[in-house]
Amino acid sequence: MIPLSHYLVVGALLFAISVVGIFINRKNLVIILMAIELLLLAANMNFVAFSYYLGDLSGQVFVFFILTVAAAEAAVGLAILIVLFRTRRSINVQDLDSLQG
Amino acid sequence: MTKELLYLAIPLSCLLAALIAGFFGAKIGRFAAHRVAIAGVGLSFVLSLVVAIDVFSGNIYNGTIYTWANIGPIHFEIGFLLDQLSVVMMVVVTFVSLMVHIYTIGYMADDPGYTRFFSYIALFTFAMLILVMSNNFLQLFFGWEGVGLVSYLLIGFWYERESAIRANLKAFLVNRVGDFGLVLGIGAVLALFGTLDYATVFSAAPGKVNDVIVGPLGYEWHWMTLICLLLFVGAMGKSAQVPLHVWLPDSMEGPTPISALIHAATMVTAGIFLVARMSPLFEHSVTALSVVLVIGALTALLMALVALVQNDIKRVVAYSTLSQLGYMTVALGASAYSVAIFHLATHAFFKALLFLAAGSVIIAMHHEQDMRKMGGLRKALPVTYLTCVVGSLALAGIPPFSGFFSKDAIIDAVHNASIPGAGFAYFAVLLGVIITAFYSFRLVFLTFHGEPRMGQEVRSHVHEPPRVVTVPLVLLAIPSVIAGGAFVAPALTGELFGAAVASAGHEPGDMPTGAFAMLAHAPFALPFWLSLAGIGGAWVFYIARPQWPGQFAKRFKTLYWILDRKYGFDSLYQRVFADGSVAVGRAFWEWGDRRLIDGVLVNGTASMVGRLATRLRQIQSGLVYHYAFAMIIGLVLFISWFLFR
Amino acid sequence: MRAQSRGPAKRMLSTAKTMTFLQLIFYIFATVLVGASLMVITVRNPVRAALFLVLAFFSAACLWLTLEAEFLAITLVLVYVGAVMVLFLFVIMMLDVNIAQMRAGFARYLPLGLIVAVVMAGELTLVMLSGEFGLDHAPRPVGQAADYSNTRALGEVIYTDYVFAFELAALILLVAIIAAISLTLRRRPQTRTQSPQKQVRVRKQDRLRVVQMPTSQQDKP
Repeated sequence: MIPLSHYLVVGALLFAISVVGIFINRKNLVIILMAIELLLLAANMNFVAFSYYLGDLSGQVFVFFILTVAAAEAAVGLAILIVLFRTRRSINVQDLDSLQG
Repeated sequence: MTKELLYLAIPLSCLLAALIAGFFGAKIGRFAAHRVAIAGVGLSFVLSLVVAIDVFSGNIYNGTIYTWANIGPIHFEIGFLLDQLSVVMMVVVTFVSLMVHIYTIGYMADDPGYTRFFSYIALFTFAMLILVMSNNFLQLFFGWEGVGLVSYLLIGFWYERESAIRANLKAFLVNRVGDFGLVLGIGAVLALFGTLDYATVFSAAPGKVNDVIVGPLGYEWHWMTLICLLLFVGAMGKSAQVPLHVWLPDSMEGPTPISALIHAATMVTAGIFLVARMSPLFEHSVTALSVVLVIGALTALLMALVALVQNDIKRVVAYSTLSQLGYMTVALGASAYSVAIFHLATHAFFKALLFLAAGSVIIAMHHEQDMRKMGGLRKALPVTYLTCVVGSLALAGIPPFSGFFSKDAIIDAVHNASIPGAGFAYFAVLLGVIITAFYSFRLVFLTFHGEPRMGQEVRSHVHEPPRVVTVPLVLLAIPSVIAGGAFVAPALTGELFGAAVASAGHEPGDMPTGAFAMLAHAPFALPFWLSLAGIGGAWVFYIARPQWPGQFAKRFKTLYWILDRKYGFDSLYQRVFADGSVAVGRAFWEWGDRRLIDGVLVNGTASMVGRLATRLRQIQSGLVYHYAFAMIIGLVLFISWFLFR
Repeated sequence: MRAQSRGPAKRMLSTAKTMTFLQLIFYIFATVLVGASLMVITVRNPVRAALFLVLAFFSAACLWLTLEAEFLAITLVLVYVGAVMVLFLFVIMMLDVNIAQMRAGFARYLPLGLIVAVVMAGELTLVMLSGEFGLDHAPRPVGQAADYSNTRALGEVIYTDYVFAFELAALILLVAIIAAISLTLRRRPQTRTQSPQKQVRVRKQDRLRVVQMPTSQQDKP
């Protein structure tokens, strides 16, 4: 029997890993975007697990919407990435500090 | 109603002339401007004479023309009180003003501010008339401030000169002190009587003699004393009594006709007029009278002494004016109000005469005012010389000139006075007589006698000024000679002013009151010989032994230094009040404005926000992962709190 | 539903043998998932990272299958692996990225990142394993019947209760499409393109000029 907590731990590990991914990949915007995908996957994992264990389909519906938004986010994010690369010839996050106070 | 129109026309014709000359002077030209002004003032003079004759035949008028505002029980009104006192003032004011107008045509002929000048002096005449014709305190105050304003404008008439600007500022500020007293006095009158109308106040005054007001420190003041002292502070400012006299000598920066009109004959006598007008109040306060007496005596003596060492011809006359104003104040203090006004009138004529004569000399000398550079002008300026001698004789109090009668009457009144300070005042006025005679003839001898001390070029050009200058001199010389004798008897017996001024306290004493009786009595009285001694002394010092003044100045160095510094009033005021207020202002500016408001409140707030922002903006690195990091740290903290709370 | 699943808890314990295989699958895929995610964030090459991400999604999809979320599992593979990850790969390959430069500073931030991650994972795990989510509190439900369609059940919910949200999701996708296109669309002036409307509007006199010329005298006498 796999308890609910095991799925949740997997989700937590995924979440922590993706946070570290955002953290240590300062030069590469693509990896950061991927880490964000992982982050969302971790959340989805929890949703699906809860949905199953609690017997409520709403969790899966939510995952469905998250996937939709994540796809949109990936598309727009990559488009921005391309535009950024065109103007800066770089996807280094450290170069993006024009909002500095 | 026609009478009221007549009365209204007297001041308003001057106002109209002033407005026309002032606003349209450039358009209508110089001739039209001075014609308008002279016509206005001349009309005033003629109407004043008509009114005067009417009043002296017994028709005293006291009525309200217009109600300006009603605030509860208090009425602010414009009205005229035309009694003997006002009409005498009106005639004197309009006559001297008219003479000055005519004289100005010659004196200011080359001045670019010609029409402006006529506008000002016509405006002055208007304000002065309003002042003397008023039947209530508010209108009096209006006129009072009006003449103050015109005085300010005229002292600074040549506004390109820095000294003129300083002088008019000084006059304005010193007069502020006096006016403050006057306003407080009027306020006190309103508080005690609940009305500003003269007649009501005077009739109510006897019932309020014992009313007291508890001042600070629990000291009780008689209302009457308080009111009188406050009003007298106003009079001190306007009439340049010690210690508020400092502005008058400096006011000689203005054109000479102004010195004659405003700062000798009319405006400065407003204070005397005020006290005389308020005589029913002053009679109820011995304290106030004593103060008036002592202040007047101090002014009369001290300012006469200063006149001895002045070299500027106008300043000599100016200090003489101060001294004579002191005489008038002494007369007021001795309750001899009619005598004070009598002296005011005679003094107005001969002092205006002296000023205009001085102005005539100044024109002839091409605006040189230093007497040390004059001398021997007698032949070149015969008319000026003669009229100047007449004025000086009148000033020195030689019979039968007008000054003799009025001054003798004052001395006599002081002699008979018994209030505290009378002894000192008597001594002061007697000493003043000899000094007055001395400095007047010092002026005459230095200017008109002796060797010419001016440059060769100037000497060859010296000639009598045009007729517009000399005619007023002659016209003023006439009343300087005869006004005294003609009016002395009614003035002394109190007939002249009737009920217009209080006449309590003054008794004729052992002096005869008729003109001829006084003349006959003169050789047996002290003042006459004192005057002669003064004239003789001046002759010795400046004709017979011209080296003596210098030696005396060296011998009595300290005394000369004190007189030359005018007792240090100016430097005292400069140090204490001017520098003091500058220091206070600077302190407020430095600490209140710059440090507290600017530094702490305004810039402090801004710079605090700025400093805070400088700190905070370092958090805003603009780097995405920093924000992400902050979010994650927050998340970790949140979970920790959730777990371990 | 929860109340229903409480009842047959005892029966589930007896079927421990079949669950063991499920557990095995779970642990295998969970391990692969965590390992693949670790690789995603640590490998040098973004192409590899993307491929590892594909692996991670696959594993996640398999895990979801154990949770009987078949539709979502397939969607994840189809949408993510089939579309989004391909998009990622396209972008990575399109961009000429200097990989060596990208790794600079990687180690510098690693310790701090590790500390944060360990603390976070530790805390989260602490919460998950606290017993609140154990089998006692949330027993594993009995599997659905064989003819049960997860897709159908989901569709019934989506097209009824969540129909407006669903429409909104469609709109979001549309916006994302338009945004992505308009962001990346570039007009190059030198590009030669046809303008059909201009071609249609052309008139004869714009192009054709009839010139009258005198016939030249060829032969001279």
